[in-house]
Amino acid sequence: MIIADQKPLAEIRQITSRFQKLLVVGCQECVTVCFAGGAKEVAVLSSALRMAEQIDGNPKEIVEFTSVRQCDPEYVLDLADKIAKVDAVLSMACGVGVQTVAEHFPNTFVLPALNTTSMGRNTGPGVWVETCAGCGNCILAETGAICPVARCSKSLLNGPCGGSHKGLCEISDDVPCAWAQIYERMSRLEMLATMEQIAPPKDWSTARDGGPRKRVREDLQL
Amino acid sequence: MEPQVVAFCCHYCAFAAADLAGTMRLTYPANVKIIRVPCTGKADMLYLLRAFEDGADAVFVAGCLEGNCHYLEGNLRAKKRVQYLKKLLDEVGVGGERLEMFNMSAAMAQRFAEAANEMTERALRLGPSPLRKRELVEVKAQ
Repeated sequence: MIIADQKPLAEIRQITSRFQKLLVVGCQECVTVCFAGGAKEVAVLSSALRMAEQIDGNPKEIVEFTSVRQCDPEYVLDLADKIAKVDAVLSMACGVGVQTVAEHFPNTFVLPALNTTSMGRNTGPGVWVETCAGCGNCILAETGAICPVARCSKSLLNGPCGGSHKGLCEISDDVPCAWAQIYERMSRLEMLATMEQIAPPKDWSTARDGGPRKRVREDLQL
Repeated sequence: MEPQVVAFCCHYCAFAAADLAGTMRLTYPANVKIIRVPCTGKADMLYLLRAFEDGADAVFVAGCLEGNCHYLEGNLRAKKRVQYLKKLLDEVGVGGERLEMFNMSAAMAQRFAEAANEMTERALRLGPSPLRKRELVEVKAQ
């Protein structure tokens, strides 16, 4: 899922400083799961903003809501009534949600409360790590379902570099060496012969490097 | 105006300790308002924030001794929430010192009285919550 983290309160206050009435809107999907922008986080941030602004002598009125999803027009358009009554929207969704709201409400100020980082998974309570780089040409079949594009710091395609030590990446002891993990899994699954095949240079045109991507399913277009 | 101190006390330990403090006629400030929760793990961040939004000068969460939580780790969750909120309250301008977590067993009536005394003393020392605008006068327990 998409991983995001809340911006510092000071930054959120600075972004929203000129607006009197805010709609703080969360999302029930990824940002709920990573505890960044769900209903609970909406309530806590709204409370913190109310208190901070009251102490500084410019009390704000805050309306709280959490959408089912902020990346689909059918849920975003439902916000119309609430948006009509406020000066700005502070979206606690990922970057996609913020932009979807903005696109459907072209005359409204829509502001982000989160910094969206990556597509990733939960590895333990309170820990989320980047797992998929969205390269558009998945090679997980050749790497034992461990992605070197996302999980190798250098996105190498043919095994570890000289910096790999004790299963860890040279950049930090918190980062496992993806190729060490790939080797370990492939040997357990007896697929080492696949590892000996040299992967050619990757065609990055299917990744973000090739420009913003668009997917069309013609069979779904009426 | 008296300081408003709100205490979220777990049913199994802290609330029992508070009861015992009463039975033992230990003195603690009368302006501590006790809210009984089944476990401090139930004390949501929003309960604590709401207490401050509604004008509390100090808030404390009192639970079982670590390792002895009746619901195993509720008090550890509360501890983490209190730590998080202390930092948030500093950023907000209310002050993280107004919030604290205490641990005690049901027999530790004296500890409850200490906690109540300490948080009331902090409320007096720090002054009324910036969300309130009135002077504070200490109310001595009868």
